[in-house]
Amino acid sequence: MKKTVTAVALLCALSSTAIAPTFAADDDEAARLKAIEEYRKQIADGNPSDLLAMEGEELWRTPYGPKNQSLEQCDLGLGPGVVKGAAAKLPRYFPDTGKVEDLESRLMTCMERLQGVERQKVIDSPWRKGEKLRMDKIVAYIVTESNGEKIDVDMSHPKMKEMYELGKRMFFYRTGPFDFSCATCHGKDGQRIRLQELPNLTKHEGAAAGWGSWPAYRVSNSQFWTMQMRLNDCFRQQRTAEPIYGSDATIALSVYMAANGNGGVMLTPGIKR
Amino acid sequence: MAGPMRIRAQVNGDEVNVRALMAHPMETGFRKDSSGNPIPAHYITEVIASVNGKTVLTAEWSGAISTNPYFEFDVKAKKGDKITLKWIDNKGESKEETVEVK
Repeated sequence: MKKTVTAVALLCALSSTAIAPTFAADDDEAARLKAIEEYRKQIADGNPSDLLAMEGEELWRTPYGPKNQSLEQCDLGLGPGVVKGAAAKLPRYFPDTGKVEDLESRLMTCMERLQGVERQKVIDSPWRKGEKLRMDKIVAYIVTESNGEKIDVDMSHPKMKEMYELGKRMFFYRTGPFDFSCATCHGKDGQRIRLQELPNLTKHEGAAAGWGSWPAYRVSNSQFWTMQMRLNDCFRQQRTAEPIYGSDATIALSVYMAANGNGGVMLTPGIKR
Repeated sequence: MAGPMRIRAQVNGDEVNVRALMAHPMETGFRKDSSGNPIPAHYITEVIASVNGKTVLTAEWSGAISTNPYFEFDVKAKKGDKITLKWIDNKGESKEETVEVK
């Protein structure tokens, strides 16, 4: 954290237009939120997700895997190779697999079919290394291409409705030593953890803000987190069993959030403090 | 291997606003990995900016700058000028990128 503050301070010194950071000492909640908002604005312009997205675009086009193929023929739901706006319509039901897939699980399907990269290899890879690092970069590229698009998840297929109901159940399911559910923190307005205000994911505004700003780059630890990583960490914070990467459990939760946020705006990749 | 660098240059009156993002781990040398071994220092020591080959700015950096640094400055330049940014790190690696002001 100290490193980040130094960098922002340096940035202010160099830029004539930057506003001096306000580290409000008063207890006023509104002033505090405003200061955080200002800090977010300062970091938003230089979102390092751009760097990952640049590499991701390269990876999308470069042949890889046992079959030595690129991902350019990958169908993310809008036809083979169409990336623009695709992430805003995910998760969705894919007739070719007969499953509801989110961005990461769909990419794993493409990697397996086109490139011959086994699904399990990606699932077993440690976070932010090897196959998962490749995945992070490709995800960064694809969600960048949906920045500013409307969240538009098609809920007409019965499988999507099924997943929504499953996701809803999981959202309210209390578990772990603290007897926590997702709803414990994300089911009410005006909740916060430390200085981070928590969106109410059961409502449209909250779900749009939450779903629409992930995947994101976290400035405090210099890490890019995909939605799968984000969800995994929610389970970890719940102190419960961590879900399998790309499993139906994670996709169902994504369907629940995305559908609640339908009509909101994708501000991806986001940037978090 | 050096990661990418993204430079955006925007005309603003008789000045050009340059915003750059550099992919770099910026390891301080004071951190330890999960098994307790120190992670060797690896950070940018110098950033050089030039307009049409003429150096307009040099910056001395250290391990105190964050990972994937963001760098912004204003410089007197015009449309068509070529702005080059180069960084050199403590391992002697470097990366150079040029953009034309549009």
